Amino acid sequence: MRTRTLSLLALSIALLAGCEETSRQKITITGSSTIAPLIAEIAKRYEARHPDIRIDVQTGGSSRGINDPVKGLADVGMSSRALRASESDGRVTHVLARDGVAFIVHASNPISELTDEQILGIFTGKFDNWEQVGGNDGAITSANRANGRSELELMMKFYELHPEDFQVDLISGENQHGIKTVAGDPNAITYMSIGASEFDIANGVPIKLLPLRGVPASSKSVASEQFPLSRPLILITTPEPLPHVSDFIEFARSESVHDLIRQQSYVPLQ
Amino acid sequence: MANHRLCLTSNWQDRVAAGILWIMAALVMAVFIWLILSIVRNGLASLSWEFLTAKPSNQGRSGGIGPILVSTSLILLVCMGVSLPIGLGSAILLAEFTPASQWYGRLVRRSLDVLAGIPSIVFGLFGTVFFCQVLGMGYSILAGGLTLACMVLPILIRTSEEGLNSVPQEYRLAAASLGISRTSSLIHLLLPAAIPGLLVGFILGLGRAIAETAALLFTSGYVDRMPESLLDSGRSLTVHIYDLAMNVSGGNQNAYGSALVLLLLLLIINGSASWVANRFRQSRIIQA
Amino acid sequence: MSRFSKDWYLVWGLRACAFVAGAITLLIAIFIVAESLPALRHVGVARFFTDSSWQPNEYADRGTFNLVPMLAGTLFIMTGSVALATPFGIAAALFCRYYAPSAIARIYRRFLELLAGIPSVVFGFWGLVVVVPIINQIHPPGQSVLAAILILGLMILPTIALMADAALANVPADYHRAAASLGLSQWATIRGVILPSAKSGLFTGVILQSGRAIGETLAVLMVAGNIPKIPTSLFEPARTLTANIALEMAYALGDHRSGLFVTGLLLFIIIVSLVACAEWISKGRIYG
Repeated sequence: MRTRTLSLLALSIALLAGCEETSRQKITITGSSTIAPLIAEIAKRYEARHPDIRIDVQTGGSSRGINDPVKGLADVGMSSRALRASESDGRVTHVLARDGVAFIVHASNPISELTDEQILGIFTGKFDNWEQVGGNDGAITSANRANGRSELELMMKFYELHPEDFQVDLISGENQHGIKTVAGDPNAITYMSIGASEFDIANGVPIKLLPLRGVPASSKSVASEQFPLSRPLILITTPEPLPHVSDFIEFARSESVHDLIRQQSYVPLQ
Repeated sequence: MANHRLCLTSNWQDRVAAGILWIMAALVMAVFIWLILSIVRNGLASLSWEFLTAKPSNQGRSGGIGPILVSTSLILLVCMGVSLPIGLGSAILLAEFTPASQWYGRLVRRSLDVLAGIPSIVFGLFGTVFFCQVLGMGYSILAGGLTLACMVLPILIRTSEEGLNSVPQEYRLAAASLGISRTSSLIHLLLPAAIPGLLVGFILGLGRAIAETAALLFTSGYVDRMPESLLDSGRSLTVHIYDLAMNVSGGNQNAYGSALVLLLLLLIINGSASWVANRFRQSRIIQA
Repeated sequence: MSRFSKDWYLVWGLRACAFVAGAITLLIAIFIVAESLPALRHVGVARFFTDSSWQPNEYADRGTFNLVPMLAGTLFIMTGSVALATPFGIAAALFCRYYAPSAIARIYRRFLELLAGIPSVVFGFWGLVVVVPIINQIHPPGQSVLAAILILGLMILPTIALMADAALANVPADYHRAAASLGLSQWATIRGVILPSAKSGLFTGVILQSGRAIGETLAVLMVAGNIPKIPTSLFEPARTLTANIALEMAYALGDHRSGLFVTGLLLFIIIVSLVACAEWISKGRIYG
């Protein structure tokens, strides 16, 4: 038994040694954890077409994505917010896709639109019954998103809310946690990536997207930049990136990755 | 008279107790059958040979779980390959040689008791700092397997120790009186006699490792392609289920399918363990 | 002479194994403390217990870091689930060992073994789509302390049952025969003889599962609602220490990340005290 485990160990070490390959060109990408899963998928496809290139994707937040390329720590940075004026020096931005967030309720909820005040009231605890915002009698179950999630950041910035302003009933983490919460509770409301919601609605999950400030919540209105609660997903490089890096960025912005962008619930640019 | 009444009441109590126990046992079983049936009913539609071998596509909504099964096996291999020798060695020391090194054994035991209680997410935190960052393994199968190895060690040691303890003291005395060295008596007498116990430990450890999710989220990562080496990130079956259920719109169907596969794997592991244990018991030279 | 040296190598080899096993706990403690230090320094220990709420930030002075609600959530959910699972678990074990016909007992035990291996993710998933909507009908929001207690109780039940079963198996058969020859009824035997003599084993099982209940992460995260506020009723949501780490770790930076390691440190301290308590109560017989 011992010798067998030992030989297994030896085998694993051999496997380890076998993977040391240095001949391939490498692209290092760092930054926003919102974009990282998408870029990882795109990188996988790119690697399959260019076997000589290896792409390493690491997270660490948008600030890191904005700074690393300039410091030479990464070839490409990822940011889920537009650059500030002070940050534009020495950087070139490439918009990859857009991300839109809208409010969702259960499909059986008669509410068809909420005003900004009503939304603020629901999430700050001022309203706790759907009657107060024009719906049926029923206690509102408001669900916030976990600290640090991009949807929460976007929503706080949009409504100029602070973390301590929220008075909610639940906090959900991943997208499907939020969607399953609303689908299982006729009186629940949360906010959610529009792409993810559209996918589930198309598959019969009983939720519905509410329009915001009169603009319907859809991939179309996000792509056309009409939907107010949305933002660009950006790749950042130095003004003159290496040829294989530019080639990758061109690929990431091409139509051949639109399916990947939609899979990650984001909206490709038209 | 008093005696008679005592007898009667205890008879009455006996029946009530038996009734309550039957009801409780049935209730427990009913809830679990409900759970398992819902997995089987929903998962069966996904299950096919192709599902087991194909690559996942569309974030796992379609395609299969081939690379995920490979990653899972590699993680388990690393985990058991590292923890088994260490665990068995520690168990032998604690069970057979502790009086010789009392304080040392006590210290190791205390430490293992704590280790057994540490939440898997704390193992995940530790693994991500120690294996992934400090030792530079990154998000990898190796880091995940080693983190799991730390986690299953206390279970392995505890059960192996129990297995060794269950070997009658007479064996050791007889061996000693024959002048057999402790090493030989260990290898030829005690270990074979303790094998059923050791196997149970192995199975429990394997079961815990295969079911673990939280510790792997931060160590072996999410990547769902076929691993090329142990330093690649690989997604375990449980992480796949978690991701499908919590991250992927329309992932429920394959989440159920993967859960069913996991159940079947557990069934196979448990079944083969008890089969092996039985065979050993029958073929042992010395019948206890 | 050669025999002596062979034994000598063996003992030191075993000691080395045990050293590795024992040192892991220390290593984990060191790394968790080291990663916690920035937050402990910038935020200070006191603020983790006296701040107005949990609204952490990358920079210590811009956030609040109160961990008491998560501590309370963890303790409520752990106590509830252990209180729920213990009687049912022991009942299932008694049923298996003394009441069920042997064929049923064997199947029942196999089933419990299978259940003990079901990953927490599966329980959480099932809880979120089946149990939570039912509770929501009774009292919204559904995701609540109660849901967490039910799911966690179910999760630890099979292992409590198996450990209780093993503890019962260790009661010498003589006890049973002696009790029978005294004319004691079955229930009287169980209550008066079997349970007291298996007490230590049962107790160990319950303590170990309390540890698991404290440490469970993903299943609880999926059904508990995760509001960092002290719950005042069973129907209110709560956040556990483990869920706190899993929810926020992926996005945390700076003092926030370090604060999550402080959460892990707190879990570690709770587990150490739990083990210490258990050993004190059972007077070092936790391994007995």
